Amino acid sequence: MSWIEADSGAALTLSVNGMRHDLKLDARVTLLDALREHLQLTGTKKGCDHGQCGACTVLVNGRRINSCLSLAVMHQADEITTIEGLGTAENLHPLQAAFVAKDGFQCGYCTSGQICSAIGMLGEWREGWPSHLGDRADAAPAIDAAEIRERMSGNLCRCAAYPRIVEAIEHYATHEGADA
Amino acid sequence: MIAFDYIRPADETAALHAATERPGARFIAGGTNLLDLMKLGIERPRYLVDIGALDLREVTETSEGGLRIGALVTNAALAAHPLVRQRYPVLSQAILAGASGQLRNKATTGGNLLQRTRCYFFYDPASPCNKREPGAGCSAIGGFNRIMAILGTSAHCIASHPSDMAVAMRALDARVETRLPDGQTSSRTLEALYRLPGETPHVDHRLAPGELITAVVLPPPPAGRQSYRKVRDRASYAFALVSVAAVVSMREGRITEATLAFGGVGTMPWRNRKAEALLIGQAPSAALFERCADAVLAEATGHGGNDFKIPLLRRTLVASLAKLTGGEP
Repeated sequence: MSWIEADSGAALTLSVNGMRHDLKLDARVTLLDALREHLQLTGTKKGCDHGQCGACTVLVNGRRINSCLSLAVMHQADEITTIEGLGTAENLHPLQAAFVAKDGFQCGYCTSGQICSAIGMLGEWREGWPSHLGDRADAAPAIDAAEIRERMSGNLCRCAAYPRIVEAIEHYATHEGADA
Repeated sequence: MIAFDYIRPADETAALHAATERPGARFIAGGTNLLDLMKLGIERPRYLVDIGALDLREVTETSEGGLRIGALVTNAALAAHPLVRQRYPVLSQAILAGASGQLRNKATTGGNLLQRTRCYFFYDPASPCNKREPGAGCSAIGGFNRIMAILGTSAHCIASHPSDMAVAMRALDARVETRLPDGQTSSRTLEALYRLPGETPHVDHRLAPGELITAVVLPPPPAGRQSYRKVRDRASYAFALVSVAAVVSMREGRITEATLAFGGVGTMPWRNRKAEALLIGQAPSAALFERCADAVLAEATGHGGNDFKIPLLRRTLVASLAKLTGGEP
């Protein structure tokens, strides 16, 4: 293991949505910018670029993170899933379909982050992770609106479509989430 | 962000070596605070040692009956760990009261301890700040200071420490284990990890250059009940205005043990042993809790915009003590 010098750039391989990509990047490039600017996967959005809004949420080894607060060079051993890896316009992921059915957005800018975050969040719920509301995931098979609100607080929606976002996630979790 | 040299060593020895061969190198783990500050030009490391590949992700039981938490255990994993939830609920509750699901999945135990203040002026390079630029002056003293500290402040800095996790760890008498560049190990309390701002508020902690946090060790779980009570501006995803971590044990109607730590109010996670001692051997009562709060607040100073924290801390402490010593769990 040796130093990557600041002026030389880092040769790295990222595994995104099941495809491996060889890249040469400045070490400063965030995972978010690598996805958007170098792999043209623009479904992941840049909102605040400071980990406050959640628009850049992706799944890394199945866990949701803010891709703006992580360097691409730190993720060579990881499997990254973006919104493009969850569904396509022709073949929507059931959670995407639920957002459409429940009208869970207005401008849509936060939506891919909301969806990636919700997929990660529901995985955490199924594993029995507690939240600020307590240990309810241990016993409760179906998540409720209060838990969705608390667990999704890292995803902001400037259009304030929150009621419909919660409905979409709750609908998906109770109707289709079991085998997702 | 200025350019930096980057390395991702495979083990601790290589990481310590890397940090010493390029003086001024910084360790990076989750990156949720350091990268944010680097984007703003507030942190400007020339060398980054990424410790993400180090084998520090385990939570194990110690021979004394406590827990050793690897420095890279994520906040999410720690809060969800069965032994933490069962034996140290105050720690699980504190972590879950902070940040967001995404941040907790990335932020680590060691990094959480070393996160920097959320003072608005520290984050704003256009404002004078002694913590960011020694000698520049403090924009919070005499300025907008709603979120600032009321305990442990100095004439140079009133920035509050932002961590919830560290407050619970302070109440649990946690110790921080480190390795130094020469391979020696060290163990210190949180009180000895942090330093008060004094005349040098730009120095948050007492770690030596190149010293690496490897673990946090919790002593055996304390007897009695534990709780973390946090008051903030919104119901989720906000830093504490005031928080109280409390562990209280009772026997035959009297308090036998009590440890209390406070967040959002101090320039470091705060503790006051004199206030704790007042409770020992006493039967719980509103008057007793008020005397305890008097002791905690004896040296508190408001700065105008944060004066409200003084009565808020009092009420939050009294409510915590009433709950922990009352009949209801």
